Parts: sequence; structure tokens; C-alpha cells
Amino acid sequence: MKGGLAVALGAAAVAAAPLVASTYHALLMLPFMAYAVVLLGLNLLFGYTGLVSFGHALFIGLGAYTGAFLTTHAGVRSLEVILLAAAVLGALVAVPVAALCVRYVKIYFGMLTLAFGMVFYTFLLKFYRLTGGDEGTPFLRPSLLGRNLDAMPKIDYLVGPYYYYSLAVLVLAALGMWRIVHSPFGLCLKTIRDNPTKAETLGIGVARHRFYAFVISAAYAAVGGALLGPPTGNVDPTLAYWTHSGNIVFMTLLGGFSSFFGPVVGAFVFIYLQNWVMSVVPYWRLIFGAMLAVIVILAPDGLVGLATRRRPALAGRP
Amino acid sequence: MQKIFNLACGSFYALGAYVGVSAVGWYVGAGGPPALFIVPLALAGLAAGAVGVVVERGLLRFVYDRDETFQLLMTFAIVLMMEDAIRLTWGTAPRSTAGLYLTYGQLSFLGATAPVYNLIVIAASLAIALAIGWLLTRTAFGRIIRATADNREMAEALGVDMRRVYARVFTLGTALGTLGGALVIPATAAMSEMGVELIVEAFAVVVIGGLGSMRGAFVGALVVGVLRALAITVYPELEMLLIYLIVIAVLAARPRGLFGGAA
Repeated sequence: MKGGLAVALGAAAVAAAPLVASTYHALLMLPFMAYAVVLLGLNLLFGYTGLVSFGHALFIGLGAYTGAFLTTHAGVRSLEVILLAAAVLGALVAVPVAALCVRYVKIYFGMLTLAFGMVFYTFLLKFYRLTGGDEGTPFLRPSLLGRNLDAMPKIDYLVGPYYYYSLAVLVLAALGMWRIVHSPFGLCLKTIRDNPTKAETLGIGVARHRFYAFVISAAYAAVGGALLGPPTGNVDPTLAYWTHSGNIVFMTLLGGFSSFFGPVVGAFVFIYLQNWVMSVVPYWRLIFGAMLAVIVILAPDGLVGLATRRRPALAGRP
Repeated sequence: MQKIFNLACGSFYALGAYVGVSAVGWYVGAGGPPALFIVPLALAGLAAGAVGVVVERGLLRFVYDRDETFQLLMTFAIVLMMEDAIRLTWGTAPRSTAGLYLTYGQLSFLGATAPVYNLIVIAASLAIALAIGWLLTRTAFGRIIRATADNREMAEALGVDMRRVYARVFTLGTALGTLGGALVIPATAAMSEMGVELIVEAFAVVVIGGLGSMRGAFVGALVVGVLRALAITVYPELEMLLIYLIVIAVLAARPRGLFGGAA
């Protein structure tokens, strides 16, 4: 149960962060938690089903724009409603996309998802009357659990109620995903990943399982995307651009796609490292690209994979 | 041909464009006759292809035996690195060769005016396409490439040095990319984002045409080019959207592309 202990310690550290860490670092935790939700979903496809999507930014963008649209144009300010709407919309949009994409695997799957992602990106960019074009749409401050917090100073709101709200969403999302991957359904997905032919022979509907995995991961990505909005207060089309999809796959790989919490670790390291590198030199892509190359060549199991291989006792340490 | 979907081809294109701009700038600065600017331009484009050797030997060769996913991610790493390498070298401001491409004058035809330079580029790309077709179908090297693409193990067993074939094919592909970037640049301007933007278009072209099919790529390029021009005049909002919708339709109906081989 060392892994469980590490997770508990990690969660406690995240919960205590606003109290002990500087405001600056606490604010950095907000995108981390949002991305962690996205990556939990993405990894259901990547790590557990063996399909790499290069278009999940579509659902991040969709979730973020759902929130922006609801708060700005529809007057809905409740974050619960926004997250629910994002999840439902993400799943709904994912239905036709997934139905088409899961017919293919590997490179074709990746390309098709990329194409869908770019369709949505161009939609956001070109239909500016609805989406605000490249300037994006403001994401007004949502109310939490029915409480209107507009009077609060922005920083207090973000590192206070909003922080714990995000954390709660992340914990719920992780618990839900844990249940999914350890259910018979999750086992079926792993079988499909390891040997689709055998899975088919065993009577598992390969395409159907891939389809469900895709839809679930899309709903997760949309919820995570909606959480990305409030800290910046604005959403723009780059959220749906294909390099953003690449970045989240990068995060997953960085942490390690073969473990449950690997992607969460990856999101954390990515965001902090990116922030740190950018404060030193503006060319973070150069350094991150090199880092990605090294990971692909030397450590395809990511950071968590490295930790478990070298020091089994510290498995899963965030 | 290597069965690697290279996300970085757009980056090579951008690199070629920047190198081309620099070469022409240097050439004009050195007092060369403006009418011949296309010579240093093309040479620079081809020379920039040398980066392909470095990338192939230094990075890609490690992932040939890996899952396609890792190959894709490796090329994504190259995209990230190249984008910033270009920013680091040439800065963020767009570069262009100003109005140099008008030195060849303009040509009026059926009421439409086109700079002669554009016609030269069209002719050059046709020539390149023919040359590639000849290389692949009529030469020993081309046969080796196709054999390798069909069945790598068998080709290797028959004595083909896989490392050299891969290095050459990749370098050739890179050189074509950089040359294309260099040739196009007098008519537009080099921007550091052009790489990531081009890739989605190139991807559309290749998918519509069919992966691994040269004829398909050519037709795909034509389809994409014409449709974009058409959409811009008719309903600009639809421009890129239309391309992706066609990509999706093609992938859905014929996953191997219009000219792709059997699955």
C-alpha cells in the first residue's frame, strides 16, 4: 500500500498548498488540477485502450467555451451547471466523432482525431459572431455551490473557494476513473489494448468498448477544459489547436501512461517546469522538445515508470 | 514511404523559408543580379535539407522499432524544437524578400494577371513531382525504397542496408520540404508559426491523396489548393473548415485515401 500512501500524501500536499505555499504557486496549481482531470480522461484512451488521440484539445476547447458561453451569453453562473453541461456536451459531440474514429487504430486514429480537432478550431476562429474569433470569449466568474462570490477579490477567490472546488472535482474525477479502470469494463479495455484479436475472440465488442472509452474521456476533457476558464477569465481558440492536443499527450507521456496517477504527475511537472523554464528563457519549446525526445527514447514509461523501476518502494510518488 | 507520419514536415518547410530569405538577402547584399535570385534561393532550400540527416541520425532512428505512437510523438518533439530554434535564430518578426519576386514581371492571360515567378514555381513543382516519380519507379534506389516500404525484413534479408536507405529517404523528404518552403517565400513572408500551420494543410493533402502515394499527394494538393481558393471567394468563413470536412469524409469513406493502396 506504499502507492496508496504516496497518493494520500500527494493529495494532502495539494490541499495544504494554498495555506503554506505562496499565492503565485497556489495559482499555478489551478491549471494543474484542470489538466489533471483532462489527462485522467485522456489516459483512459491512451494508457488503457491504446489509442492516442491528437485531437483532445477539441473537448478541452468545447468545455471551456461551454462555460464561457453560459456565463457570458446565457447568464448561467453556477459552476455545477457549467461542469455538467460541459460533460454532457463533450459526450454528445464525442458520439459522432468517436463512432467514426474508433473504426481505426494507431496512426489513422491519431490523424482523424487531429482533423476533428482542427474542424472545431477553425469553427471557433471563423464563426466569430458566436465565439469571438481569435479574441475568444470572456469566462465570467462562476458561483460555487450556489454562492455568488463576485464581491471577493479575484486572487482570494481563486486560491480560496475556487481552489478547493477544483480539488474536489479532481478528487471526484479520480475516484470515478479509478472505478472505471478497475471495473470489468476497464479490464476489457486493457485486453483490447494488449490483444484486440484475442479480445474479439473472447466476445468483447472491441469497437463498442473503444467507443465508450472515447466518449468518457471526451467528457473528462470537457470538464477539465471548463475548469481552465475561470483562472484566466477568458477562453480563446488556441485551446483547441492541435499543438495543445500534442501538449496533453506529452504531459501524459512525461508522467507515464502506464500508471493510473502517471498523467497527473505529468501535468504537475509539465506546468511547473514550463513556468520555470519560461521565467529563465522564452524558448520553452526548444527545451521541452528535447525533453520529449529524451523521454521517448530513454524512458517511454515516464517519470512514474522511472521511479518504480529504480526504487520500487516509491512507486506512484507524485 | 517510411511509414512514419512526420508532423515535423511543416517545420522543415518553415526552416527552408527562413534559410531562403536569408540566402536571398545575402545574395542581394553581395550585389548579385536580381534576376538570378532564384538560384541561391533554391540552393539554400536544398542545403537546409541537410538538417534531415541530423534529425534522422540523432533522433528518429531510435524509434523505428517502436510503436507508431512514439514515432508520432518524436516528430512532435521535433516540431517544438524547430519552432523555437527558428525563433532563436531569426527572431519573431516575419521576414520576406520584399517585392523581389516581381523582377520576373507579370503575365496577363485570359484577363487574369499572375506574377511570372508564381508560374516558375508551378513549373518547378511539376518538374520535381516528375523527378520523384522517375526516381521511385525507374531507378534502382527507387525500387529499394519501395521494397523497403513493402517489407522491411525481406529487403534487409536481401542485403539492403536499412540505415542508409532510411537516412537517404528522410533527407530527401526533408530537402523537398525545405526547398518548397524556400521557393514559396518570395511570394509571401516567413513566419515562425508557418510550420505548425502548414502541417495541418499538408496532412490534409496527404490524407486526401492517400498515404504513401505520390500521385495521390499531387492530386490532394490540387484539391486542397483549388478548394481553398474557391471557398475564399464564395464564403470565406468556410475556407479551412471545408478542407477538414473533406479530410474527414475521405477518411471515413476511404481510409487509405483516394489513391491509396489496398488495406
